[in-house]
Amino acid sequence: MRRPPKPGHSNGNGDAPAALENGDAPSPVTDNPGKRLTTGAKDAPADLVGWVDERMGATSFLTAMLMRKVPKGTNWFYTLGSATLFAFVVQAITGVFLAMYYTPSPVEAYASITHLTNDVFLGEFVRGMHKWGASVMVILVFVHMARTFFFGAYKYPRELNWVIGVVLLILTMVMGFTGYLLPFDQRSYWATIVGVNINGTGPIVGPYLSDFLRAGPEFGATTLSRFYAIHMLLVPGAIIAMIGAHLYLVVKMGTTAPPWMRADLKPKDARREPVEAIADGSANGASENGNAS
Amino acid sequence: MNNREKEQYLREYEVMKKKGKPFFPYAVMKDSVMACVVVGVIIFMSLYLGAEQGPKADPTTTTYVPRPEWYFFFLFELLRVIKPPELVPIATIGVPTIAMVLLLLLPFYDRNPERNPLKRPIASIAGIMTIIAMAFLTFLGANAGSPTDIEIDVAPEYEAGKLVAAQSGCLACHQFGENGNNGPGPKLTEIGARLNPAAIARSLEIGPGIMPSYATMAEDEPEKFRDLVAFLASLNGEEEASTGEVGVAGSGSVESSGGNPAVVEPDAGSSADGAGATTDSGATP
Repeated sequence: MRRPPKPGHSNGNGDAPAALENGDAPSPVTDNPGKRLTTGAKDAPADLVGWVDERMGATSFLTAMLMRKVPKGTNWFYTLGSATLFAFVVQAITGVFLAMYYTPSPVEAYASITHLTNDVFLGEFVRGMHKWGASVMVILVFVHMARTFFFGAYKYPRELNWVIGVVLLILTMVMGFTGYLLPFDQRSYWATIVGVNINGTGPIVGPYLSDFLRAGPEFGATTLSRFYAIHMLLVPGAIIAMIGAHLYLVVKMGTTAPPWMRADLKPKDARREPVEAIADGSANGASENGNAS
Repeated sequence: MNNREKEQYLREYEVMKKKGKPFFPYAVMKDSVMACVVVGVIIFMSLYLGAEQGPKADPTTTTYVPRPEWYFFFLFELLRVIKPPELVPIATIGVPTIAMVLLLLLPFYDRNPERNPLKRPIASIAGIMTIIAMAFLTFLGANAGSPTDIEIDVAPEYEAGKLVAAQSGCLACHQFGENGNNGPGPKLTEIGARLNPAAIARSLEIGPGIMPSYATMAEDEPEKFRDLVAFLASLNGEEEASTGEVGVAGSGSVESSGGNPAVVEPDAGSSADGAGATTDSGATP
């Protein structure tokens, strides 16, 4: 993709502003930086991508993200994270459609699910996707975490991303717990009562937590709407924010290489590619066990 | 990891990254294939397993199965494994919280620079054991049935109460003779020998510990409730003699509070809160 030049970065070509004002020289792109700026600025309305990119710089970001290298030996195990993300996207999309028909009141919730299941076009299918997608997502979260654990990928410099991942695991489980009540059938109702009571047995905060979940001392009308709000506003927002941070760190730190892969570090490599982040340590130290590939 | 190890890791990583392939299209291709598999599996499950809708939630009826979604089975099963009532908070909150904290802080106490799972046996074995434990608990939870039949022989006047107990989900957490699940709640085979009817009724209304309250049944269907209490009070463990299961660990701690008919929560009278936070759930029916 052609990258339009940025104004102000044209090697100090003094006549660029003048050319901008003229605007009467529709010349093809040349190698002259000043000319390129002229045509780029003039053609901008016709070239939407260029227009947006000139104001966002998204191309360089996308290029950096898509063209970044993943280490040698990256295999199918490394797709588990994106698969989890994709399962979340499925949950988000199907969830939006379910929310269009769902009524979070104890009186109408069950009937709205019945209506959705029986009458709405593809209603049962979408609800099934949401229901089973939750299970798939939970499995993927755990498998992704197991991969990270056994590959030692939580170690330096990715400790923070592990912590974020554990928070995402907890949030996913909260989604499972709060979503279970929403169909409001017997099974979900009574299981949630037991679940809330389980929270209540916790020391110190337990009773407050269960009171918060129930929206009062007893399981009442507001409990369902509270679970609904947690399930589709509070936790999804937190999950999206956390996924953003998670992905940012993945791109920033890079994905790990499989733990059995070792780079063959020769002293000359070490000298040619100095790591600036760490000032301490000698270049020779790197070659000590660098022959284990 | 000390600075030298950190530096070496970064250096090695830099080299391996240089030898690697660009994210697009190689990793993107794999991720896309995986995404299609994920959607395919979800669609398949939706089409073939469907989204069954159970009977409508009704606080007044009591035919329910308090079972969580399958991925919470391992937490639920923890309650069966850790039996004594005074340890219930440990099972419900203690163990999961400790596990979460351990998980969260993993990179901070595992400071071994080695990443190969074969070369860090302690971490790998701990991980595998954790997975086995969770899988085992999930398996137990999946197989813990929710039978609706109690086979204890009782006098004819208690048959009605037996039916109520069988249909009220007691068996999901309690064992009656050979029926029901042995936990999280205590065995009820000889509950009548330990608690008097008034204490049983109070426990049912309060719902001690994690047990749901049966107060709605007491209000709306007092006859059923009376039958249920009468049936439970009639259970004095005579059936036990034939099965030879007297004195199983689970009931030992319950017996410590036996004979005290007023074993209910101290604040039960003043508070409608049925959570039963930290009290002795010895009276749990």
